[in-house]
Amino acid sequence: MALNMPGPAARPGRLELPENVVVSRLDELANWCRKNSLWPMPFATACCGIELMATGASKHDLARFGAEVFRFSPRQCDLMIVAGRVVMKMLPVLQRIWQQMHEPKWCISMGACASTGGVFDTYAVVQGIDRFIPVDMYVPGCPPRPEQLIQAIIDLQDKIQREGTITGREFDTSQRQLCKRALVEAHEPLVIDAARNPVVQRELAAAAHRS
Amino acid sequence: MSIAPAPRTLRDAAADTAARSEDYLWTLNFGPQHPATHTTLRLVLKLDGERVVDAMPEMGYLHSGFEKIGEHLTYNQYVTVTDRMNYISPMANNVAWHHAVETLLGIELTPRCRTLRTIIAELARINDHLLSNGAVGLDTGAFTFFLYAFYQREVIYDIFETLCGARFTNSWTRVGGVSQDFTPLVVEKIRQFVKTFPKTLDDMERLLTRNRIFVDRTKGVGVLSKEEAINAGATGPVARASGVTRDLRKDEPYLAYEQFDFQVCCASAGDCYARYLVRMAEMRESLRIVAQAIENIPAGPVNVGIDQRTALPSKQQVYSTIEGTISHFELSMSNRGFEVPCGESYAATEAPNGELGFYLVGDGSDCAYRARCRPPSVLHFALFPQLIRGHTLSDVVAVLGSLNIIAAELDR
Amino acid sequence: MPHTLPAVDAVLAAVADRFGPLETSVFRGQTSLVVPEPQSFEVLESLKGRGFDLLVDVSCVDYLEYRGARHRYGLVYLLASTTTNQRLTVRVFLDDPAAADEPGPAVRSVVSLWRAADWLEREVWDLFGIRFTGHPDLRRLVMPDEFTAHPLRKDYPLQGRGERHNFPVITRDHS
Repeated sequence: MALNMPGPAARPGRLELPENVVVSRLDELANWCRKNSLWPMPFATACCGIELMATGASKHDLARFGAEVFRFSPRQCDLMIVAGRVVMKMLPVLQRIWQQMHEPKWCISMGACASTGGVFDTYAVVQGIDRFIPVDMYVPGCPPRPEQLIQAIIDLQDKIQREGTITGREFDTSQRQLCKRALVEAHEPLVIDAARNPVVQRELAAAAHRS
Repeated sequence: MSIAPAPRTLRDAAADTAARSEDYLWTLNFGPQHPATHTTLRLVLKLDGERVVDAMPEMGYLHSGFEKIGEHLTYNQYVTVTDRMNYISPMANNVAWHHAVETLLGIELTPRCRTLRTIIAELARINDHLLSNGAVGLDTGAFTFFLYAFYQREVIYDIFETLCGARFTNSWTRVGGVSQDFTPLVVEKIRQFVKTFPKTLDDMERLLTRNRIFVDRTKGVGVLSKEEAINAGATGPVARASGVTRDLRKDEPYLAYEQFDFQVCCASAGDCYARYLVRMAEMRESLRIVAQAIENIPAGPVNVGIDQRTALPSKQQVYSTIEGTISHFELSMSNRGFEVPCGESYAATEAPNGELGFYLVGDGSDCAYRARCRPPSVLHFALFPQLIRGHTLSDVVAVLGSLNIIAAELDR
Repeated sequence: MPHTLPAVDAVLAAVADRFGPLETSVFRGQTSLVVPEPQSFEVLESLKGRGFDLLVDVSCVDYLEYRGARHRYGLVYLLASTTTNQRLTVRVFLDDPAAADEPGPAVRSVVSLWRAADWLEREVWDLFGIRFTGHPDLRRLVMPDEFTAHPLRKDYPLQGRGERHNFPVITRDHS
């Protein structure tokens, strides 16, 4: 954290500040506050959810890092931890909860199943939530040890401190998302029952209504 | 003293709706993302103020195609997937899966292996009940109880980690034996656990068992009668709390359970409080089994012999005997493996949640043709509407917790 | 000794008296009874009357790729008795209809005998496509309602047909 802490002897041309005054950039101050008070929203679906609970329990206490409050309401959280496999029946729910969270928000994809589909390369499991949700941090493991999750939160805190801005300019990553999506579609052409997916139907209807 | 009026039956609700319009009933969507739905279940509740008139459960939010994967993985590979079914006691699923496979193949285990698997299955049962009761405590507001339970689970995780390297999702069993034998350190840790666990269990009971608030919230809530339990296929603590005295460890003994002295815990009330008490009592009985077993582990090999051609031989045998070498290669090469009959069988164990069985269809190859898992949670979740009718919204959480529905086992 | 399930000879004899000779087999100590589809409900009802009060499981096996199979679908009813600890497996074999426009395989539902069959039969419908006539609420259980295929059939691929990625993408712009 780069705070301009004045030395004991004030330098020429600078204000002499008393000890209880700190001068910093607004962005850094905001980042410091945000990173040390991340309120996780546990989107716990499967086994990683148990390791998430163990991380919050007394032995590997997550509260030490400011993440004491595991609020389950998306309106009150800023960090969504997707712990466990996400199946296609659950994905619209995941997307809706992500949209209900307020900015600034971050997402940790915990475990192999949330990051890439894990052991389950089957008809029902989404092969990586980052295909459909913007993800900031991936935690490998099946399930990751609590220490790994804590490391992920520490790394996310570093990321927030490094890249954060008070206005949220760093969230403009749509270009990166489009490249990733193009890669996905090159491998797996989407030949699907779009006619039967209500989420897609709603989007199409909204687009038709707009045009 | 509860000041709430007696629960209205559905007949009262129906009579009311016949007389007036149903405008006053409102629908509440509970889940699939909700702290008290232990991971992903969904309940659509029809409420009259605070009273639940009807509940429509929906599942499938974690369906990952386990049974289809079972048709593509070998019997020793699939054990890794069974870990991820009832993920609060993965060892119990491993033991159940390999019990089913060994029944299909007609393999008889060594005495040492049976005792080791019994010890680990009972530790897994303690693990499961700790989390299940811990979650009931957490959902009804008793956070300290939950933390005590989780601390003991960490002790058991430490034992499992010393045994096979993974805290959880262990995949410890193999066809014909286990992957790692007990070392003296593991035995010492289990002895330590047996010495220290009863005190924590006493502390936990002191917190909740006679706690006025907890008793009021769970007594008389979610009552399941014995006939309904049998008709709905309930097994395990849910059925035993309603008076069904069925426990596969005594009725169809498997592994080494016949050698140990323990009791089957039952209750007759069938409400949430009875289910909580049955689980607490079962933890004590499991500890008794572990205490007896850990002092009486038979010596000898833990895996079946080389002549059976199922378990991998030890490295000493592989490097010093010709049979060991041949056996090692035959089992490891992908087009050899071990012989599986073309037949179908079902074998069940008493998992912490109930009767966990696998119906296996073998077709001669090293992958199962069909690996059906009979999940206790599905039948318990189907019971939910009849248990909750007439109770209030806050009772939904207590009943759901007491049924111990694990979404991964529910949906597979 | 891997535990073998208790034999049920007396019950089988009584069932054979009433319904005529039915194919039985014993494998690994487990008795299996094959019942033709038209009689399935009556046989199960009489078995329930003879003490098999616990329906352990209802599931299905698709024998499309099984060497030597005579029928395509084999329904499995696992029954147990809480009083005598006996177990019995009842098999009902079904086939796909000859013509493509005829309705698929169907069997009478046993929900009126055991409530446990309610969701178990819904799951068999969802994953295999076998209809249970008389079921009060036969709809999909584990797959989403708008899903069209029956995934556990052998002609459905493990990775699916693209349904799992058929969703809109949310980027940082939208969220």
